[in-house]
Amino acid sequence: MILTKIKDKINFRKNNDELDKNYKEQSIFKAIVQKEFTDYIRSFRIIILLVIIGLTCLGSLYTAITTIQDALEQSDEAKEIAKDSYLFLKLFTTSDGTLPSFLTFVTLLGPLLGIALGFDAINSERNKGTLTRLMAQPIPRDYVINAKFVAALLINVMLIFALGFLVMAFGILLIGLPITLEEFIRIVFFLLLCIVYIAFWLNLGILFSVRFKQAATSALSGIAVWLFFSVFYNMIINVISKNYVNPENTTTMEEFLNKQETILTISRLSPSYLFSESTTTLLSPEVRTLGPYTMEQTVGALAGPLPLGQSLLLVWPQLTGLIAATLICFAIAYYWFIRQEIRTN
Amino acid sequence: MSEGIIEIQQLTKIYDDIPAVNGLSLSIKQGEIFGLLGPNGAGKSTTIFMLLGLTEPTSGQLRVCGIDSTKYPLEVKKRVGYLPDDLGFYQHMSGLNNLLYTASLNGIPKEEAEERAYMLLEQVGLGDAIHKKTGKYSRGMKQRLGLADVLIKEPEVIILDEPTLGIDPEGVREILHLIKELNEEKGITVLLSSHHLHQVQQICDRVGIFVKGKLLAEGNVESLTEQLFEREAIIIHVEAEPLSDELLQELQQLDEVSRIDYLGSSSIDIHCQKDITPKIAKLIMNYEVDLSNISKKNFGLDEIYHLYFEGRETNDTHKDKR
Repeated sequence: MILTKIKDKINFRKNNDELDKNYKEQSIFKAIVQKEFTDYIRSFRIIILLVIIGLTCLGSLYTAITTIQDALEQSDEAKEIAKDSYLFLKLFTTSDGTLPSFLTFVTLLGPLLGIALGFDAINSERNKGTLTRLMAQPIPRDYVINAKFVAALLINVMLIFALGFLVMAFGILLIGLPITLEEFIRIVFFLLLCIVYIAFWLNLGILFSVRFKQAATSALSGIAVWLFFSVFYNMIINVISKNYVNPENTTTMEEFLNKQETILTISRLSPSYLFSESTTTLLSPEVRTLGPYTMEQTVGALAGPLPLGQSLLLVWPQLTGLIAATLICFAIAYYWFIRQEIRTN
Repeated sequence: MSEGIIEIQQLTKIYDDIPAVNGLSLSIKQGEIFGLLGPNGAGKSTTIFMLLGLTEPTSGQLRVCGIDSTKYPLEVKKRVGYLPDDLGFYQHMSGLNNLLYTASLNGIPKEEAEERAYMLLEQVGLGDAIHKKTGKYSRGMKQRLGLADVLIKEPEVIILDEPTLGIDPEGVREILHLIKELNEEKGITVLLSSHHLHQVQQICDRVGIFVKGKLLAEGNVESLTEQLFEREAIIIHVEAEPLSDELLQELQQLDEVSRIDYLGSSSIDIHCQKDITPKIAKLIMNYEVDLSNISKKNFGLDEIYHLYFEGRETNDTHKDKR
């Protein structure tokens, strides 16, 4: 009886110790994240990028709002129609031609932000000689890379949500239309998608920072990959499809569709393409499918927006694909970092 | 024999088929200052990395404070402070903040960390530069900050990799003094690596000579000298004019003299087993001779070191000839 009691007490003590240890480790992890976060906020590189992104997004918001307002003022009927047609989502996608839309800006500048956050994560520590000092402290090695990722992700999340909610707030104030719940959820999902997309580039940056000893090399490689996917990849796809999906070479409809599908699959290897596909689906509920379809298939279909659930279902593969790419990048970076020799020479 | 605070047995590390450390065995007692001496690329840093568990040994046993550093590196790193040779700090942060960051990584509560940091910065002589950004620190200041950084976790052992590298002589003196002080006041065991022999000689209780991954000799400076120069422990250099054959013969016949090297018409090196400088001086004065210089050559680590390298080089060339 007494024995079991003592045993219980010992067990309890053990648990307490373990809890204490866990708590301590967490606080150490938090300390690294905190330091990295402060570094990011104070670095000119990130401040400049944040200002650019903020300004361009507000600029695009302004043009979107003026366009929508012009359209609304034309007649009272327009207002009625607007209520049913997800006008709010248009804030993110419309432009009057002078400035690109919010969506375009995020697609363009998001990767740059991601790369800027990640490209010198590890190699700058190595070059400054702080990595050995850091590794001589009683912290597990992966804390360093994990904490850096978490800190950068925090910046990313805060920026995207701040911008997204700002746009919504301005929209409500200036257009005077209330936002519906569905629109709100769609926008939140869109913002989450942006975060995943930027996180992909962030992890690519971290990967290069582990691989390349020079920060410049890793930054340039990151930018090269970004340029390739945002500019050249489309061109290459175009060139291929011109020859491959030439109507003169195709005899049956089925063959044509198959070839079209193949081209689509190849394009989907690009994260930028996945991102644009999924964002347009989320922000324009009229989009019903992402692949080619025949006239026969559309016969009998009522033209109308898809419900939220269906839109989400449509972008599910894209979303998981993006997350997978992000995780793969991080996993490789993690593995390399753990296996790497710490010494500099 | 009691177990030392650092125990290394048959430690071997092989990089790309080339052994960086080869069968190293070493025991360092608590409260000792041990100097690991060797040329660049001898494997000093590799050994230190293995002691901290940052690199896995190919084979062999390592124990620091009784803990296996390969299996439990975190536990070892809690007790051991390490000052790397290519020391760097976060340049945009002040000296104080750099220290506080290290403290937070060691799980030291904030108030305590601040108290310790101020005290340590005063102790290492950086009291004026506490809030200065480390990017503006000079090399010597960085090294001192590094020492404070190592000490903030109150370690049992500190490992210093080339602590005097790139510092002016006055700075070196101060740093060495500081190390000695720490060792005496707080009883911290110190392992330092260097290739600056004079400096190490001043403060080390024992030294190990480490060449090409092997420990060639170990002991305090005197015992090393004895080990190396068994019969000819002392060399007395004499410059006099004229050196007659008679005089030389008489010198040769002294019991303690083992050999005389003729360096020129007026100078000789007398190899003796004991210090008999006065005896030789008297003997020379008996003759009608102008004695211009008589001096005892001390074997510093430089000579010890040099001897090893000379030996190594001749061995190598012998092999080549064969």
